Amino acid sequence: MSKNLRVKTSKFVDETYRVSFKFNGSRYYGYKGDTLASALLANDIHLVGRSFKYHRPRGIMTSGSEEPNAIVQLHNNSDRTEPNVRATEIEIYEGLEASSQNCWPSVNFDIGGINNLLSPLLPAGFYYKTFMWPASFWEKYEYFIRKSAGLGKSPTTPDPDVYEHEYIHCDVLIVGAGISGIMAAKTAAKNGLKTLLVDEKPNLGGSTIYQNSEHFKINNQNSGSWLEKEINEIKKIDNLDIRIRTSVAAFHGYNFLLARENLTDHLPIEQRKNKTRQKLLKIRAKKVITATGSLERPLIFDNNDRPGILLSSAIKRYADLFGVACGEKNIFLTNNDSAYETAISLIQKGIKVEAIVDNREEIESKLLYEIEKNNVKVFKGFTIVNTNGYKKINKVSLMKLSKDGQKVIGSKINLSCDCLGVSGGWTPAVHLFTQSGGKLKFREEDQVFIPKKYSSEQISIGACNGDLILEDIIKNTPKYLKEFLNIKKTDYDNVEVFSSENKSKRNIWLLPSDKILGKTKSFVDYQNDATAKDIKLALREGFRSIEHVKRYTTTGMGTDQGKLGNMHALGIISETAGTKMGEHGTTTFRPPYTPLTFGTIVGRNVGEYFDIFRKTPMHEWHLKNKAEFENVGQWKRAWYYPKNNENMFEAVQRESKAARESAGILDASTLGKIDIQGTDASEFLNRVYTNAWSKLAVGKCRYGLMLNEDGMVYDDGVTTRLGENHYIMTTTTGGAANVLGKLEDYLQTEWPELDVYLTSVTDHFATISVCGPNSKKIISNVIPDLDLSDENFPHMSFKNTKIGKINCRVMRISFTGEHSYEINVQANYANSVWEKCMEIGKDFNITPYGTETMHLLRAEKGFIIVGQDTDATMTPIDLQMDWIVSKKKYDFIGKRSLYRSDTIKDDRKQLVGLLTDNPNEILEEGAQIVADVNKSPIEMLGHVTSSYYSPNLKKSIALGVVRGGKNMMGKKLIIPMENKTINVTVADPVFLDKENKRLNA
Amino acid sequence: MFIINCPFCGEREQSEFKAGGEAHIERPKQPTELSDDEWAEYLFMRKNIKGIQFERWNHIHGCRKWFNMVRDTSNDEIKAIYKMGEKPPVK
Ligand SMILES: [Zn+2]
Repeated sequence: MSKNLRVKTSKFVDETYRVSFKFNGSRYYGYKGDTLASALLANDIHLVGRSFKYHRPRGIMTSGSEEPNAIVQLHNNSDRTEPNVRATEIEIYEGLEASSQNCWPSVNFDIGGINNLLSPLLPAGFYYKTFMWPASFWEKYEYFIRKSAGLGKSPTTPDPDVYEHEYIHCDVLIVGAGISGIMAAKTAAKNGLKTLLVDEKPNLGGSTIYQNSEHFKINNQNSGSWLEKEINEIKKIDNLDIRIRTSVAAFHGYNFLLARENLTDHLPIEQRKNKTRQKLLKIRAKKVITATGSLERPLIFDNNDRPGILLSSAIKRYADLFGVACGEKNIFLTNNDSAYETAISLIQKGIKVEAIVDNREEIESKLLYEIEKNNVKVFKGFTIVNTNGYKKINKVSLMKLSKDGQKVIGSKINLSCDCLGVSGGWTPAVHLFTQSGGKLKFREEDQVFIPKKYSSEQISIGACNGDLILEDIIKNTPKYLKEFLNIKKTDYDNVEVFSSENKSKRNIWLLPSDKILGKTKSFVDYQNDATAKDIKLALREGFRSIEHVKRYTTTGMGTDQGKLGNMHALGIISETAGTKMGEHGTTTFRPPYTPLTFGTIVGRNVGEYFDIFRKTPMHEWHLKNKAEFENVGQWKRAWYYPKNNENMFEAVQRESKAARESAGILDASTLGKIDIQGTDASEFLNRVYTNAWSKLAVGKCRYGLMLNEDGMVYDDGVTTRLGENHYIMTTTTGGAANVLGKLEDYLQTEWPELDVYLTSVTDHFATISVCGPNSKKIISNVIPDLDLSDENFPHMSFKNTKIGKINCRVMRISFTGEHSYEINVQANYANSVWEKCMEIGKDFNITPYGTETMHLLRAEKGFIIVGQDTDATMTPIDLQMDWIVSKKKYDFIGKRSLYRSDTIKDDRKQLVGLLTDNPNEILEEGAQIVADVNKSPIEMLGHVTSSYYSPNLKKSIALGVVRGGKNMMGKKLIIPMENKTINVTVADPVFLDKENKRLNA
Repeated sequence: MFIINCPFCGEREQSEFKAGGEAHIERPKQPTELSDDEWAEYLFMRKNIKGIQFERWNHIHGCRKWFNMVRDTSNDEIKAIYKMGEKPPVK
C-alpha cells in the first residue's frame, strides 16, 4: 500500500505543499491541488467503495463529476459530515477525513458481498418483485436492506456553515471553461458584453490545458500552451466575471439558470470560519453559451467494473494534470483514437503501456504509428471478454471480434496488467441543453445525440455540440460565435490547427462475449449495478419506453444520474428491439446536474429566517406576560397566558370564566381589514356577501358570510359602514390576503363598471377587544367622552372617538356572546391603549385571553370558525345559517350553487352541537362520528370539528358535522375511539344564552 | 421561470405573479336562468390544453392588476399579453 505512483512533477499540483488526510482511518499524503481521487491513486489505492446492490468492490473510474463509484462520506460523525461526495471532485486539504460508503463492516470485508454470489437470484426488478410481497414480511427485509445498503449517512446535528443566494444578470453566460468556452468568453467580453464564465473545476482550460503533445498544435504551439496564454488574457478583462468551482445545476426556461459556487470546500476546516461555504447563483442571462464538453464512454463487457478499470481520459488527466500513474502495467481497450492519446502521454512520462486492444480492424492514424514505434502491441479487431482480480484488476482476456462485431472468434489471449483504460468514444454533455427544453438529434456516424433545436437564446459549442476533435472545435467555434453574438470577426478567424486525431470509430454498444449473456456481469450503470442482462430482461418482460426500462432496472437513477451508461442503455434497447436510436426516447436529465446540498438550496432562509412572522403591536406585552404563542398563517398570536405553572387546559378554563364573569381582553389585531370606498361600495357588498347591505345605516355593523362561486363558505367577518360610500370589512386572520385577492379579481375582471376601491389596512390598525359583564364600566373609563348607553351606542354599531389625542374607531360587536367592544387604533398607539385598558380594568379583574379561550367562548355561543368548522364543502345551509342567506337578492357570489342538485340534498353533512353523555368526557377534534358500530364496514357520518370543556356550562361541548344532522336533534350517536366508544347526543349548536341576553346586558 | 411583461409595470420575474386559470370564461349575467348543467359548465369545466392556451395572470406582488396571457404550454413560450377586456391579439 505504500507504493508511490507520483511519476512526474506537474505544474498543476504544488509539490512543495504536502497535505495529510485520512481515508478509512489511515493517514496518507498528497499535494495541494490534488483531488482525493488523485491523491489516493498516487498512494496506489483504487478500491474506494462497494456497489449498491451486489456490493462488488469498486474503484475510481473517472476524474470528474460523472463519477459513479468513488463516492465517499466526509468527516463521519461530525456536524460537517456529508455523504455522496465524489472523490474525483473534492480537493484535499489538511485534515480531510473521508470514508467509504455502502460497505459494512468495512470496504475490504463486506457482508453484503454475498449479494454478488446470489446475483443470479437478483435480476432487474428483484426488489419490486420480491420485497413487495407478502407485505407483512417487509419489516424483516427492511432490516437487512437498510443495514447492508444505503448511500451514506446524513448529518444529525445542525449545519455549522453559512450559505448564500446571489442574483446575477448578464448579457452572456458561458457554461464550461474548456477551450471553446474560453474562446467564447473572450469573444463576448471583448465585444463589450457583460459576460459570466463558470466552470465546475478549480482550474480553467478543460482537458486542453494539460494537452502537451506534438500531435495537437494551435498556431504552431502545443495546444495547452496556446490555451494558457488565452486564459491569462481573459483574466484581465474587466467585464468578464469568472467563477471557478461553480457547477450549473439547472437550466430553466427563459435562460434562468441555477449554479452552485463552492467557496470553502477546498479549505482546511479551521480556515472556513466566517466564510460563506456555498452560494446558489440565480443567473438570468440574455444569452447562454453552453460549452460543457463531452464525457468519455466506457465499454460494456463482462466484469467491466473492477477497481483498476478507468476511463482512458481519466488516466490521461491523472497523469498529465496530477502527475499520477494509475498503474504500472497499463492496457487499453478502445474503439477510437482517444486511448492512443492517453497511451502516448503515459509513454512520455515513462509509464509502461502493455497493449492496446482496439475494436477497429483497420486503423488509419498517426497516433497508431507512434504507439507501434514504442513497441506497444496493438490488437486490432479484438475485444476484452473478461477481467480478473477481486479487489483490483490483474488480468484481461481478449478474443477476436467477428466481422459483424456480434460475436467473438478464435482463442482467448490472457494478458496481465494492473490497470485497464477504456474508451468507447465520446458523449456530448447535452444534459443542460435538454433541461432547457432543447430537442436532440441522433448523429449516425459516431452514434451521438447532439442539439437540434434550441428553446431560448442559446447555443451549444465545442464538444457538447458534437465537435469532438480539436480541429472541428477551432474551425467551427468562431463561426457559431459570430452568428450568435452578431459580430463580424473574432480573434480566432485565422487560427491554424494541427491534430493527428482521426475520427474513425467502431461502435458496439454491448461487446460480445464467449459466454452467454446470462452468465456475464456487464455493467451499464455502475452505481446501481444495472447490467446489460437486466436491460434485456426488462425488454423481454415487455418494457419498451426508456423511462420505464430505466425505473425497472434502476439504470441512471443513482446520484450520478447515469452520466456514463445511459447511452449504452439506449443502444442496447434499440439493438435488441430492432429500432432506431432515440425512437424509444432519450432519458430526461433532470436538475440538478450534480447533487446540491440542502444548505445551498435554502441559503440564509434558516432558523428564525426560515419564514417571516408577523407580530402585533402588543407582541412585546404578550411576551412579558408569559403568553404561549400559536402560529396563525404567518402571525404569532397569543394562545393563552399560563399563570403559576398552569397547563393550557387550566389557563383556558380560568380565562374563559373571567371573560364571562367580569372582563376579558383579547388582541384581535390579526383580523384582516379591508377599507372599501366608492359610490358602488354598497352594491359591491351586496354581490360578495350572502345577505343584504343596501339598507345598513351609516354607523352600523353587520356580520357577513362570503361564499365561493360553488356555494361553499369561504370567509366571514363583520363589516362596518363608516360613511355613505365607505366601509371597513374584517376577514378571518388566515383569509385576509386571499379575500382581498378574490375581491380584486371580481372588481377587475367581472365588474369593472363598479366604482369601488379596496385597500388592505390590516397592518395599519390594531384591534383590542374587551368583553364581559364589566366591559362597559371599563370602556367608560378608558373613553370617558363616549356615551355608552344602549340608545346612543347599541349592539352592532360603531363610533368614531378619541382616547386623549388618539383617534379610534370603537365597534360594539361580539364574538363571545358577551357585551363587548372592539377598539381599533392606529397600530403605533395600540400598546398604550392596551395598557390603559389593563390599568383601568385591574379593579374588574380584567383577564387577557388568547386564541384558545376565544375559540372556547365562541363555541359556547355556537359561532363558527371558517376553516375549523368548515372545510370548503359546507354551504351556509349546511351550517344551519339559512338566516344569513338573502332570499330577495337576485344574485351574489355562489347563490346559483345553493340549489344545485348536490347542494340541496338532505343528507349532506350539516353542523350540529354534540353533548357527551358523560359531561366530563371531552371529545377529540377530528374524531369520527357513527351511528352503528355493529355494521361492517362502519358507516362514517361525520366528524367532530370543535370540542372544549365549558367552565361556564360546567360540561363538555362540541360542534361537529354529521350527515343529515339537521334532522337528528336529540338522536344518540357514537364516537368510536381507540380504546372506547363515547356516547353523544345531537344538540343545538348554540349552547349558551340563546336569547342574547348577555349581549345586551 | 418566465419573464412576464406586465402591461402596467413591464418585464418582471414570474415569482411576482400568480396564475389564475383559463381566460375568457365570463361569469353568467343571469345565473338564476341557467340549468344545473349550464351552471356547472361555467363553474367546473376547464380545457387545460397542451399547446396554445389563454390564461389569466395577476401581478400579485406588483401592481396587483389582472391581465391575459397567451401561452404555449408545451414550451412555455408567451405569445401575447393583453389587458382585461381586450380581445386576444392572436388566435
Ligand atoms: Zn404590474
